Amino acid sequence: MPRRTDLRKILLIGAGPIVIGQACEFDYSGTQGAKALRDEGYEVVLVNSNPATIMTDPELASRTYIEPLTLRTLEAILERERPDAILPTLGGQTALNLALALERSGILQRLHIEMLGARPESIAKAEDRALFKAAMEKIGLECPRAGVAHNLDEAWTAVRQTGFPAILRPSFTLGGTGGGIAKDDTEFEAKVVWALSQSPTHEVLIEESVIGWKEFELEVIRDRADNFIVVCSIENIDPMGIHTGDSITVAPAMTLTDREYQRLRDAARAIMTEIGVETGGSNVQFAVNPKDGRVYVIEMNPRVSRSSALASKATGYPIAKIAAKLAIGYTLDELRNDITRTSAAFEPVIDYVVVKWPRFAFEKVPGAESTLGTQMKSVGEAMSIGRTFPEALQKAARSLETGRDGLVSLIGQVDYALLAGPKKSRDLLMEPPEPEPPKSFSLPDPSEIRKALEKLVGIGSPDRLFYVADALRVGMSEEELYERTGIDPWFLAQLQRIVAAEGPLKKGEVGSTQLRSYKRLGFSDRQIANLAGGCEDDIRALRKREGIVPTFARVDTCAAEFPAHTPYLYSTYETESESGARTGRRKVVILGGGPNRIGQGIEFDYCCVHAVQALRELGFETVMVNCNPETVSTDYDTSDRLYFEPLTLEDVLAILDEEKPEGVVVQFGGQTPLKLAVPLEERGVHLLGTSADAIDRAEDRERFDELLVKLALKRPRSGIARGAAEAFAIAERIGYPVLVRPSYVLGGRAMMIAYSPEELQAYIHLAVEAAREAGTQTILVDEFLRDAIEVDVDCVSDGRRVVIGGVMQHIEEAGVHSGDSSSVLPPHSLSPEIVLSIEEQSRMLALELGVVGLMNVQFAVKGSDIYILEVNPRASRTVPFVSKATGRPLAKIAAKLMVGETLDSLGIQDAPVPRHVSVKESVFPFAKFPGVDTMLGPEMRSTGEVMGIAETFARAFAKAMSASGLEIEPLVREAKAQHRVFLSVRDQDKPAIVHIAKRLWALGFQLVATRGTAAALTRARLPAEVINKVNEGAPHVVEAIRRGDIALVVNTTIGAREVRDSYSLRRATLLQAIPYFTTIAAALAACDALEATRDDQSERVRTLQEWAPSGTPHTR
Amino acid sequence: MNDTAFLVLADGTTFRGCPLGARGVAVGEAVFTTTVTGYQEVLTDPSYYGQIVTMTAPEIGNVGVNAQDSEAVDDKPRLAGFVLRDASPVASNWRAEGSLDNYLSRHGVVAITDIDTRKLTRHLRDLGAQNAAIGTESPEQLLRRAREAPNMSGLDLVQSVTPKAPYPWTEGCGVWALSPAKPRRHEIVAIDYGIKRNILRCLVDAGCGVTVVPATSSADEILARRPDGVFLSNGPGDPAAVTYAIETLRGLVGRVPLFGICLGHQLLALALGGKTYKLKFGHRGANQPVKDLSTGRIEITTQNHGFCVDLESLPAGVTSTHVHLNDGTSEGLAASELRAFSVQYHPEAAAGPHDSLYLFDRFTAAMAR
Repeated sequence: MPRRTDLRKILLIGAGPIVIGQACEFDYSGTQGAKALRDEGYEVVLVNSNPATIMTDPELASRTYIEPLTLRTLEAILERERPDAILPTLGGQTALNLALALERSGILQRLHIEMLGARPESIAKAEDRALFKAAMEKIGLECPRAGVAHNLDEAWTAVRQTGFPAILRPSFTLGGTGGGIAKDDTEFEAKVVWALSQSPTHEVLIEESVIGWKEFELEVIRDRADNFIVVCSIENIDPMGIHTGDSITVAPAMTLTDREYQRLRDAARAIMTEIGVETGGSNVQFAVNPKDGRVYVIEMNPRVSRSSALASKATGYPIAKIAAKLAIGYTLDELRNDITRTSAAFEPVIDYVVVKWPRFAFEKVPGAESTLGTQMKSVGEAMSIGRTFPEALQKAARSLETGRDGLVSLIGQVDYALLAGPKKSRDLLMEPPEPEPPKSFSLPDPSEIRKALEKLVGIGSPDRLFYVADALRVGMSEEELYERTGIDPWFLAQLQRIVAAEGPLKKGEVGSTQLRSYKRLGFSDRQIANLAGGCEDDIRALRKREGIVPTFARVDTCAAEFPAHTPYLYSTYETESESGARTGRRKVVILGGGPNRIGQGIEFDYCCVHAVQALRELGFETVMVNCNPETVSTDYDTSDRLYFEPLTLEDVLAILDEEKPEGVVVQFGGQTPLKLAVPLEERGVHLLGTSADAIDRAEDRERFDELLVKLALKRPRSGIARGAAEAFAIAERIGYPVLVRPSYVLGGRAMMIAYSPEELQAYIHLAVEAAREAGTQTILVDEFLRDAIEVDVDCVSDGRRVVIGGVMQHIEEAGVHSGDSSSVLPPHSLSPEIVLSIEEQSRMLALELGVVGLMNVQFAVKGSDIYILEVNPRASRTVPFVSKATGRPLAKIAAKLMVGETLDSLGIQDAPVPRHVSVKESVFPFAKFPGVDTMLGPEMRSTGEVMGIAETFARAFAKAMSASGLEIEPLVREAKAQHRVFLSVRDQDKPAIVHIAKRLWALGFQLVATRGTAAALTRARLPAEVINKVNEGAPHVVEAIRRGDIALVVNTTIGAREVRDSYSLRRATLLQAIPYFTTIAAALAACDALEATRDDQSERVRTLQEWAPSGTPHTR
Repeated sequence: MNDTAFLVLADGTTFRGCPLGARGVAVGEAVFTTTVTGYQEVLTDPSYYGQIVTMTAPEIGNVGVNAQDSEAVDDKPRLAGFVLRDASPVASNWRAEGSLDNYLSRHGVVAITDIDTRKLTRHLRDLGAQNAAIGTESPEQLLRRAREAPNMSGLDLVQSVTPKAPYPWTEGCGVWALSPAKPRRHEIVAIDYGIKRNILRCLVDAGCGVTVVPATSSADEILARRPDGVFLSNGPGDPAAVTYAIETLRGLVGRVPLFGICLGHQLLALALGGKTYKLKFGHRGANQPVKDLSTGRIEITTQNHGFCVDLESLPAGVTSTHVHLNDGTSEGLAASELRAFSVQYHPEAAAGPHDSLYLFDRFTAAMAR
């Protein structure tokens, strides 16, 4: 069955902002899908609210909407576009839920739009817990005993069947949001309420626990002719009980006999048929009892998922692309495997082992419960490829960039006694988190460590595998570890192989044969050096002398049965290299960003991909290095050559030895490659663009100060402290409040604003530790500019001329991390003189630093004073947003400048300020971390971003809010329902709140306020109802919020104490998903947005191509 | 494990590794299989007789061995040697009865581990299957042995694996069956050219009473049992060299429904007047796509063959029913008027997917007509 000719225009729905459980893998799948549809000649219309995606690049689809992913907006887009079909299976749970809502509301039927990829009945059958269970029973497959509940009574009925512990799985959520394990009846109710609140259908499955069973996933594809293939099997090292997104996983499955594996395959096939997935990829999860092989079906996703991205990268089989082609009518046998040019209707086999290791960011969310369970908490992942499991595992460990060179021992690095000590579960508590105590400890004796490990190995945690290895090191047997962890003995035996090799290493045995065997077990040079003595460079030199260098093998989908035509490579220690690197073309290596984490995410992958695209346009051979399987950059056809490798000095140098490129690009992948700039340059590597020295000049505080003095530019008073004592002295000198942070860290890690010496005392150790982890003792103490307006600038320079890409004004006042703040382009309340001056200062900085490529500057504006906060001579997080807002692909321009083009040769002039307004809003992971304060501060905590574009600031802000999940539009439309708004502000904001309250009152809101704020309102003759703060006793505001009596909250605070006092307020608003503003500026913007919505309720959507007609006019 | 072993190909290419299983020397045709699961089934598949089999999957031995998963009727591995990248230090599975290393030693299978199986596979793929020797002898000695070994073409290896006397078979797939076993309705004879156990089990589950007979049985001997149908099994070596079997089939064709698998497919083709030839490196694995030409559907199949039926050679009245999706080679034929059909691949899987079990029902349906 060839492609359908009755379809002409197809709308693809994206996944929206990056959140935990839904990351850039959906940019990868959406981009593949859009390309596939376009190549088949369809007109592709795309909608996604996330600007930091390749899929929303205006060149990819014919028409691109960066609009909120809400039912109302989608309806408007469908009305305007009238596509023949929508394809929702490549946009994660978000797109799938949205498609289902479109179907249920009758819109698709009314407009005669077909749903491709999955039928609504199939989606419902797969996602609705009760329907799914019934379907499984029908085909004779077992599921864990379970009951569905919509309220507490039903929940109690259900749990009587399942017993405790019981697993809670809310329906239609992603990443297991709201789910958990209830150990006993004391915590059952609270967890059920939370789970129900997180399910869009207010439904939770209460399920028998199969904790300790082995967990497997099959990534499968079925077409309309009932052809079925398994693309990849995945085994979780962590047994059942830990969300698969948080588990360390291995492909292919390692501990199944063929009979057992085929049983899963048969089941998966039966499930696909029964659910009715006809055109696309799905994922099926199984639990297998290790004692008797009994199989339970856990769940299935009738769409492309995070695991499909992993499976695609692990095998080379492009699931999303194939799924898109199946959706438009092809059958598998009509499609070709790009890598081998054989049929796509086959099952990939691999001759290597793949390990995926999740990356967590608990250091960013103090108070979050770091115990892992059924709800996903990781923010990213690294994947590695090795010929054996130990090799792949150690490569994965060092790919994570958590400062570990492999499966190293943590003894002496962490306080095992403290880790194993009693801990208060913070989940669902309404108390604010305590500041963490300082980490200082003496090394306990081995028996104490062993005792601590006995406990720790049994609890799912980010470092559990390190604990298991340490348990082996202190002599715990594999049998005992199996009893305590449920980790399959095969994996434990492999860990033991690694641990056992450390024995001879510690004795310094690094003869040629042994060195080779260590490398074949995945040991890094640093790890070897640390165990055997010497330094990394010594080991590398020794290796090279002995001829022990990595070979590069191809990922080919077929275990070498056929020649691979795509150079998708990984390193290993074998006897022949297949890199085919000697191509004779001009060649550039681009270093990627590694695993996603808070502060370094999809924005940097976006920049890397753009760099690759630009250099390919100029005729360069591009070589990508990255280890993040979720990304577009690691798609095998993004670059000319792809190395799926850790981004460590050793691994990168090995690739450079093999490739011998003209130069290396470190500017686009965020902090990860930037950290390699100096070490690479020291070893003779030619870095393209801005020099390592310029980077150092911007990062090193003392050198930076000299620079500013030379240019006569202003910055907040500040000092550099070495250690805590100096920090206090500096704070006294410049006066509180002060902004304190360790130097050389990204994303505002351990950054704080201290209003008093007491507050500084409570937090200083965090900065000291973070500095130490970054390999320095330096702590920066800056004057905190209260109520200043922050401004971000992205610009490009060729070293002679500078072009401003965009000036963004932060909506929140200074003090909120720039990655968390919402911002607007062009600035909506800065005078033209200020903006001009900011642009001028940016130019001076870029020229003085000799920037070639991108640079980002952060300013603070207070009155008419402009202060420079930070200069980053590299791609910044805001580059994609600026590029989307202005239609000018900054990263591409920068990449071309770095290889010798000039702004003149590219014809790049200063662009006029766009007429339309773009607002960027951040998205936070708080719903995943019930114990965490949602207050924004100088440490970045957002995982993603959305964009709203409109003619006016107010409407753009409204769109951005709506896209971020807080729809304010219903508040206005249903104003007759007399919504109540709660106001409580610090004294300095009292005048401003009166103004805000007046506007809200005029909008039809009832005013509710705490005593002080109410008094201010009453004085302004505004009717305000007084309500208690929580610490004033019941009835208080949190109760009102929980009852659903409050529709919107404005709450500003000052100082740590007030912040703590209002913690439960913020938690309650989060639980109820109520719009919440912690700054006056944001509240004002919200008023603008509400008024604009009131004045014009029509839903106006417009494509990116209409807003910013662009393309790259300057190309060549 | 610290000592050194070598694998030497007849063209002189040498691989260094570590000995595993029995010590000594093994000589045979070097081939590779890409199946990821089921190394034990590979080890015990009699069709690998005389071959040194390389597993492209690197981690081998993880789940140990167990009696149930053996594909040899007598549980004896028949392959000449076994080559792998990384041998598991433990046997981890609820059904495991022993480790791979012990099993290999016990059955005298010479194996080698820690070698660059990817390079070996690429070499065999590019230059074709060729003879090899593995062992702890010097590379020079091994090379001589590899060069002295006879070529697979023209070799009748069936004689080495076929049973001496007939035997009955009654065991089905049991708890592992995909669908419930059907009641016994047909009595068949299975000619054992090196039959895999799971074929017998699948025949039983399809409702057959099975008598297994040696490959040397004549048509008259077989027909004397008055079977409802005759099954032609898989087996090793060059089909054209098994002239007695072809002769027997000529006596059976048209007189009783026939169903052949693998070597059985090739022998049937030869008996019907077709030709066979040797493939460069064969099809071995559990991911091979086959298209059923009558339905257009794709089956993911298990395959293990170095020889192949020449599609051009099929006489009138014989139709090609299945082809390989990658290279278009013959995967199935039918001579409908003669009530005979066969497939090149392994519908019984073991190891591999169960997409093609319907063929056993097709056989019983032919007998019911």
